[in-house]
Amino acid sequence: MTLLKTYIIPRILQWALVIFIGVTLTFLIPRLSPINPVEQAVSRLTAFQTLSPEATIALRESLEDLYGLKGSLFDQYIAFWKRVLSGDLGPSFSSFPMSVNAMIANGIWWSIGLLGTAVVLSWVLGIFLGTLAGYFPNRLWTRVMESIVIVVYPVPYFIIAFTLLMLFAYYLPIFPLVGGASGTPSFSLGYFGSILRHSFLPAISVIIGATAFRFLMAKALTTSERTSDYVTYAEIAALPKRKILGVFIIRNTMLPQVTDLALSLGAIFEGALITEIVFSYPGIGSTLYNGIISADYNLIMGITLLSIIGVATASLLVDLTYPLFDPRVRLR
Amino acid sequence: MVIFRDLLRFSPSFRIGVILLSLALIMAALSFVSPYAPDDRRAVPRNRPPSQEYLLGTTSTGQDVFWMLTFAVRNTLVIAGVAVVIGRGIGVLLGMTAGYLGGWFDRTVSTFVDSFIVIPRLPLVILLASILRGQLSMLGLAVLIGLLDWAYPSKRYRAQALSLREREFTHTGVFSGMSTFKIVTREHLPFLIPFLLADVVSGFLFAIGFEVTLSVLGLTDLTAQTIGTMLYWGNYYQALLSNRTWMLIPPVVATIVVVVGFYLISIGLSVYLDPRTRLARLRVKG
Repeated sequence: MTLLKTYIIPRILQWALVIFIGVTLTFLIPRLSPINPVEQAVSRLTAFQTLSPEATIALRESLEDLYGLKGSLFDQYIAFWKRVLSGDLGPSFSSFPMSVNAMIANGIWWSIGLLGTAVVLSWVLGIFLGTLAGYFPNRLWTRVMESIVIVVYPVPYFIIAFTLLMLFAYYLPIFPLVGGASGTPSFSLGYFGSILRHSFLPAISVIIGATAFRFLMAKALTTSERTSDYVTYAEIAALPKRKILGVFIIRNTMLPQVTDLALSLGAIFEGALITEIVFSYPGIGSTLYNGIISADYNLIMGITLLSIIGVATASLLVDLTYPLFDPRVRLR
Repeated sequence: MVIFRDLLRFSPSFRIGVILLSLALIMAALSFVSPYAPDDRRAVPRNRPPSQEYLLGTTSTGQDVFWMLTFAVRNTLVIAGVAVVIGRGIGVLLGMTAGYLGGWFDRTVSTFVDSFIVIPRLPLVILLASILRGQLSMLGLAVLIGLLDWAYPSKRYRAQALSLREREFTHTGVFSGMSTFKIVTREHLPFLIPFLLADVVSGFLFAIGFEVTLSVLGLTDLTAQTIGTMLYWGNYYQALLSNRTWMLIPPVVATIVVVVGFYLISIGLSVYLDPRTRLARLRVKG
């Protein structure tokens, strides 16, 4: 009961607050900007064809209705929330009458697959390598790995992805340049193979970026843990190094890593969006890019809302597993 | 100056970082003696590979890649610099006051900051930039990036302020009638300068990454020369598919040189400022 009161409920309230702030920002940004999206859309539509004044007025009204720009700011805000809560993101503008929901549904599983693999692999890999490097700081491979990570860590996601694309799809054409899979979708080995081959480079580029940070953090945590008394004692007691590392050190350095995973999901998600754009991977990143190119404001807004809610929920779920790792939270 | 010399002498990462960053600064400084104006198209023949005359080749719009790069490095550094000043300004102010005042103010600010950290910023910025399409000037971009990057720093400053508040000299200040503002700025701020230095570097990394990303998506002022817009125009004229990689490699290399340079300097600084390693150094000397 105390766990529920002191940990779970505050965390859920925090989640609600994140979504509230995110949705409010998404609502305010277009309305505070000096450019009216309706006028922009009308001028784009009337640029290539002449419309009668009555038709233009009707068009403007239906667009205002569509964008939820009718009534006072407060009325609009309430209407906006109603739409968000009912999960209706409206029609897409560039590929009317397809709904934004349908366009997102097309890409979302590609994104979740790519992102899920990248998050899990980078977390495990980063902690594993970082802990080893922190425990054996003077080995040659530690130094080599550390210098690689130091060069990779500060480089923006886009540059990592773009460099990989140039190296392995252009100079050494091992991997395909674009796309998510080739051939017709089926449950055959060949189709799965092509999915793997197409997703390899995008996944690697997200994993490299996310692992570098995890590695540095794990190494720093292990370095300070290594000098603590219980480790010295275990070493004097001649416990096998494998046991010291696996049973004592990793378990103690795990806690901040779980909390930090929840905080860094947003950044990894942004990395995945960019990666998808670079590799033309058919997830929501590419959908977003199409939205940018065709000025599909509704689509961009839908993806923004979805990513805020998705990332907030994922980080809530990660945080809710925290009591499993930390008995102090569980037994308080 | 003594610190700088010591760092150069004892910290290899600081040394390499300074070299890399000096390279970038020299590039930026060269833009002032460029023979071409930054937006002077068709000044040179188009699509020439690197040669003695055109060091890094020329672009599809007839610009010399080398001189273009000098402007790009300068502009990107300026954008990042402005963003860092704004972001750190907000972060320091909010974090220090929240940490110092405590109570409900601290709780409110902390909850807000924690929420802001979780929200993915890129989609929000894309939404804003796609509405402002083409009207987002370089300065506007810098302000925008700055307004996004204050949450994490403010958390760190708050933690520092919390520990400083309990120190004896704070009480001495309070009892001798110093105002809160004076205590925070005169007494506490000097302790934060090491953190500020490391933090400025991470701000630069974030801002450069964001600038490149937004420009590559075509959402910034595409007539300005930045590292990101160079990549955008390279992709726009299909440099990769038509075997003209000399337009793309220089901006990529420039980004890596700048960010790695900054990061190595921050590693050198933080190792130097870390009291534990300082003790280790003293012991070696004694």
